[in-house]
Amino acid sequence: MTVITLAAALALLLAGAVGAAGIRSSPAALRLGAVTGVVACTLGLGASAVWLLDGTEITWRMAWSPPINELSIGIDALSAFFLLCIFGVGGLAMLYAAGYFAAGEHERALGPAIAWLQILITAMAVVVLARDVIVFLVAWEAMFLSSYFLVTFEAHDERVRAAGFTYLVASHISVVLLFGLFGLLVRHAGGVQFAAFAAAPPVGPVAAVCFVVALAGFGIKAGLWPLHGWLPEAHPAAPSPVSALMSGVMIKMGIYGLLRTLTFLGPPPIAWGIAVLALGGVSALAGVLLALAQHELKRLLAYHSVENIGIIALGIGIGLLGKATHAPAVAVAGFGGALLHTLNHGLFKGLLFQAAGAVLHTTGSRDIDVQGGLLRRMPATGALFLIGAIAISGLPPLNGFVSEWLIYVGAFRQAVLTAPREVATAAVMVVPLLALVGGLAAACFAKVVGVVFLGEPRSPQSAEAHEVAGPMRISMVLGAAACVVIGVAPLAALQLVVGPATFLAGAGAPPAAFAPAALRTMSLIALLLGASIAVLILGRRLLLRRREVRAAITWDCGYVTPTPRMQYTAASFAEPVLDPFLPLFHACTHRTPVEGLFPRRAAYNVHLEDPGEAAVRWTLATAIAPLTRVRALQRGPVQLYLLYVLVTLLLLLVWQVRT
Amino acid sequence: MKLAIDTAAYASLLLGLPPLLLGIIARVKAFVGGRSGPPLLQPYRDVLRLLRKGAVYSRTTTWVFRAAPVVALAATLAAGCLLPLRAGGAPLAFEGDLVLFAYLLGLGRFLTMCAALDTGSSFEGMGASREAAFSALAEAALFLVLVTLVVATRQLSLSTIFTALAGASGANPALWLAAAALAAVLLAENARIPIDDPATHLELTMIHEVMVLDHCGPDLALIEYAGALKLFVTSVLVVGVVSPAALGHPVAVAIGTMVVAVATGLVESTMARLRLPRVKQFLIGSTALAAVALAAELLVRGPA
Repeated sequence: MTVITLAAALALLLAGAVGAAGIRSSPAALRLGAVTGVVACTLGLGASAVWLLDGTEITWRMAWSPPINELSIGIDALSAFFLLCIFGVGGLAMLYAAGYFAAGEHERALGPAIAWLQILITAMAVVVLARDVIVFLVAWEAMFLSSYFLVTFEAHDERVRAAGFTYLVASHISVVLLFGLFGLLVRHAGGVQFAAFAAAPPVGPVAAVCFVVALAGFGIKAGLWPLHGWLPEAHPAAPSPVSALMSGVMIKMGIYGLLRTLTFLGPPPIAWGIAVLALGGVSALAGVLLALAQHELKRLLAYHSVENIGIIALGIGIGLLGKATHAPAVAVAGFGGALLHTLNHGLFKGLLFQAAGAVLHTTGSRDIDVQGGLLRRMPATGALFLIGAIAISGLPPLNGFVSEWLIYVGAFRQAVLTAPREVATAAVMVVPLLALVGGLAAACFAKVVGVVFLGEPRSPQSAEAHEVAGPMRISMVLGAAACVVIGVAPLAALQLVVGPATFLAGAGAPPAAFAPAALRTMSLIALLLGASIAVLILGRRLLLRRREVRAAITWDCGYVTPTPRMQYTAASFAEPVLDPFLPLFHACTHRTPVEGLFPRRAAYNVHLEDPGEAAVRWTLATAIAPLTRVRALQRGPVQLYLLYVLVTLLLLLVWQVRT
Repeated sequence: MKLAIDTAAYASLLLGLPPLLLGIIARVKAFVGGRSGPPLLQPYRDVLRLLRKGAVYSRTTTWVFRAAPVVALAATLAAGCLLPLRAGGAPLAFEGDLVLFAYLLGLGRFLTMCAALDTGSSFEGMGASREAAFSALAEAALFLVLVTLVVATRQLSLSTIFTALAGASGANPALWLAAAALAAVLLAENARIPIDDPATHLELTMIHEVMVLDHCGPDLALIEYAGALKLFVTSVLVVGVVSPAALGHPVAVAIGTMVVAVATGLVESTMARLRLPRVKQFLIGSTALAAVALAAELLVRGPA
């Protein structure tokens, strides 16, 4: 039954894509796309949730012409969990897209964009369902191409085209690495089936090479530091529903690919866990620091994706350490935290990108520093963004806290176990790092919420901002509701990751490893928190009932005519936070200091250059430079090309005759 | 019956004692400075007086401004419920509750920063920005101390950690370092000298006080009370590391936190507030201290 529902969902998505692409009228295409997309995603969401709670592994094979012979797809706990993320966040993105595209003015027909969105969701679903290399790589390419066309939807803007090109290059490098990875695996296992890989895991150096190549290839897709360069370019360039979908789930396909590959490589050595922890730690810290330095809302959110992918990698690293040291309680906490954070990040990052899209739509500016006071003008969007901000900062009682807490618990459990010293050291380092990253993320989102939504408007556009309604708002409300539900009832949400986490951890972990008692107490504390907030608000209202409550201007220490320009800006808010970390970056700061008794101008701005990313770019450029000599062959005259053909044929003839 | 007395003692300790700590600090500072100082119970009177007042809200502010004091107090109270202030541990204890403890304080701080930015005042923006910068560094130090305690006791809950510490035999120098780092975190979290001077009158040098410049009446009462509560819960951690046996008994906890308050008063009397650029060095220094404690604990523990 679940399989039929899933098949129906995918068929409906494809049918919707074909239909939307065929319709000339944009509004009709939009309606068709939204209805089919939302219905299909709801079906898929239901089916994958049911499967996760009670499902059996299925593989389905289909004969195909040689040399492929057979194509196979299938579903297991890991696939089902990622399907849940894809359909959940995908459905919200489709719903949002219906409102977003309808509200904006677009030069291009919307049918193709809607069709690409549906194809993207379908392709991602097929990626996680694939059970052999052929299906996987075809779906992977389809996912990349559809997202490329979505990123370059507003191709009249030169910056968007440039971002699209960066994305193209990065994705191709990733695919080349994946070809290398699967080439190695196929050579070793003697078949293209995933089952064959898992049955004969490579050992020693081959396994290590596979691991490194997988980490690089899938790391590019996921946006792990220092391979994240494309991410802050492509995500802001895309229309907001697409950014929500890409940042929310598409980059998680890199995480899926890494986790899937790990199941082919046999028991992991300790070094792999430490490597993933190190990369994850650097990603998390670099992501949040670079985010703090951004002035563009969507770019800032894109850097937070780098941070959150880092946090997910920290969870995976803890899981690997647990697996390597045969500590199932550690492994399930690490993998469980990583998986739950994958879902959580999809939800709150989707919500934040959607709210950012609403802000962009109504004020027409991506710049944080021209906004202000939007909470008054967009009460729903502002409140929902605040919920997303609290969730992404990992604060209780929302969902971000639950997944980060699981990763902490994994690290603590590893730290108290008897294990080699390097394992304990790596695990305990996760704790202060996550705390620092959490504190910096909270600082960054206090900045965003404060500068964009609170205070006074800094420009006429933000003063005249208006609220968004309809599907956009419904989509954001649903996303925020999911964040709250997972945060307040974590025990129920955790049932979804028990299956895949146990699958990844390998050895059977006791049910107590998922800390049900702790999660139940957490729900109780969330209720306690809610109740005491309600009591305090009621008490304050009773106290103030008979008293004078006045409205006045903000007290600015005697200054009589405050103006909106006097407010703290994003750059000035971030300056002291970034200051201790500036030596880590190539920071270009421009300071015009305050001079004299009546200073006329003072300015401060900072631009951070990420040394890791710069090194990657430099390496690529240096590596490619010698290859550009091949260009000498490309001269233009057709005669020359005919000559090439002739020479090639002659050479082939000679070769054939000799052998 | 025993349970009822226990709960009553717990609640009165958590709800009743905190303002007294502020009174003690003020009194100690006055004593060292040769003044007689305000009565010990003055903070209670301040809170009650503020509760009796009306309110003025800036036209710029939104519901976020009004929500912050309430959420900050509720979150600090919830954090207090995770502390083992009596025999048998905290009312709410679970594996990994120390993370929730720290993050609940973080929730209050996040909303307080938002409320400060809600006023649109550059002074309050400045305070929020400084608070964000210093609390992120203090957070790392706090978690280094917490994980040191976890490694030292092999326990994952605040309640069991302190019981295990009390049962441990022999001195553990690593824990002294941890206690010193924790004391630095306490000063930073509670906006005390040398990080921040709660008694200063110049907004430009303030951190915490300037963030709540626009709050008044009952809202300010909630903030003051939440501040006292935060001082209490962080003091309990210090007491727990220095003298873990005290956490088994409410009276011992009360005495212990009062001793911490006296020590804080002495620190405040003998030191000047650090220049702002020095504050981050102070915090990074305390993080380093905690890191050394953790390294020592990992080394002592041995490989297997």
